[in-house]
Amino acid sequence: MREVSVEAVTDAIEEMCIKVCHELSDDMKACLFNAYDNETSELGKKILGQLKENLEIAKEEMIPVCQDTGMAVVFLKVGQEVHFTGGNITDAVNEGVRRGYTKGYLRKSVVSDPIERINTKDNTPAVIHYEIVPGDKVTITVAPKGFGSENMSRVFMLKPADGIEGVKKAILTAVSDAGPNACPPMVVGVGIGGTFEKCAIMAKEALTRPAGEHSSIGYVKDLEEEMLEKINGLNIGPAGLGGRTTAFAVNINTYPTHIAGLPVAVNICCHVNRHIQWEI
Amino acid sequence: MDKYIEVPFDKSVSDSLNAGDYVYLTGTVYVARDAAHKRMMESLDQGRELPFDIKDQTIYYMGPSPKREGKVIGSAGPTTASRMDKYAPRLMDMGMTGMIGKGKRTNEVAEAMHRNKVTYFAAVGGAGALLSKCITSSEIIAYEDLGTEAIRKLEVKDFPAIVVMDCHGNCLYN
Repeated sequence: MREVSVEAVTDAIEEMCIKVCHELSDDMKACLFNAYDNETSELGKKILGQLKENLEIAKEEMIPVCQDTGMAVVFLKVGQEVHFTGGNITDAVNEGVRRGYTKGYLRKSVVSDPIERINTKDNTPAVIHYEIVPGDKVTITVAPKGFGSENMSRVFMLKPADGIEGVKKAILTAVSDAGPNACPPMVVGVGIGGTFEKCAIMAKEALTRPAGEHSSIGYVKDLEEEMLEKINGLNIGPAGLGGRTTAFAVNINTYPTHIAGLPVAVNICCHVNRHIQWEI
Repeated sequence: MDKYIEVPFDKSVSDSLNAGDYVYLTGTVYVARDAAHKRMMESLDQGRELPFDIKDQTIYYMGPSPKREGKVIGSAGPTTASRMDKYAPRLMDMGMTGMIGKGKRTNEVAEAMHRNKVTYFAAVGGAGALLSKCITSSEIIAYEDLGTEAIRKLEVKDFPAIVVMDCHGNCLYN
């Protein structure tokens, strides 16, 4: 067994929360710069130019890229040879979020109960997805999720007979309905298969895959490319005001499913698609 | 067409604005989002006054991130306006003339905009750092307990926005 102090997890998450809210990953920056160069709509180009400038100001002056610094979604892949020491791992993750959001001047957007709605004032709790994997490492992915785009996300319980055409229709429906509300250009995470909850978690995790990296499954890669092209033909454009840049990437994950079902989840993220991964 | 607009403004200014106009707003706007709207409606239902006189005023749908030392405000971009659709017609009927947010609105909102000559502006979502540079002062005037959702009074200078719905029934999103 390898011993890992939960304090190390707390320290990592604190720093990751602050970094990811002030500076986008290289893949997202590259998408934006590339879109700016290729956008043909005059207004769309002006908006993409503002988004580029926004990234510079955010990094230089340490102002969050977007005021909605999200609900902290944390994927924790824990090697089965790891033994956590020094406390409760869930508490340690939440402590990292608490410190990061407080010390980093990030917005506290979490309410303690969905109906009573009292702000917890430290952005906890996080939404944590644990997975036990082989090995002795801990891989932490922090992906704070804004809710303008989260609110436009969908789960479709399709029938097997709907097939791949049904999946395409579901993705395009979700993106069309999201329109300007999801702060396009978007990143579209899709989960196909599994169960009701499995497809949603896959869609969320798909958003953390670097834009431009494709599925290793042949037909899924083709579907990602076809969907990106079709979405960019919808003329939603930057800020929903028209143009060819509606999405930066479509990332799809799949899983075996039941003979009776074809679940599809479409998790939409705005252009501030924050994801950062560290290994301990 | 680029236009420089002073806020607050009256109905005649709304009348002169058209969907597609690129505007720079200078003056005073009030900030309120979900929880503040809910509480304002409860106040009105109980026969009490709003925390500010809404006549000719513009509400910016926004919840900023906390400010660092030496800054006026944190990141300060628009939130999705449709969540305020339930409340907006009542405020328009009371004299509100402008709204700043992002995204589509309901037909009820469009009708109230037409009826009261109100303009809906979109600011660029996700450009909160950039937009914060156009805010020269920020003061919480009510509901401080709501944290980021408190009502704020902002002074803005050349705040960039786009008229996405005008009071003549036009919508740039369509």
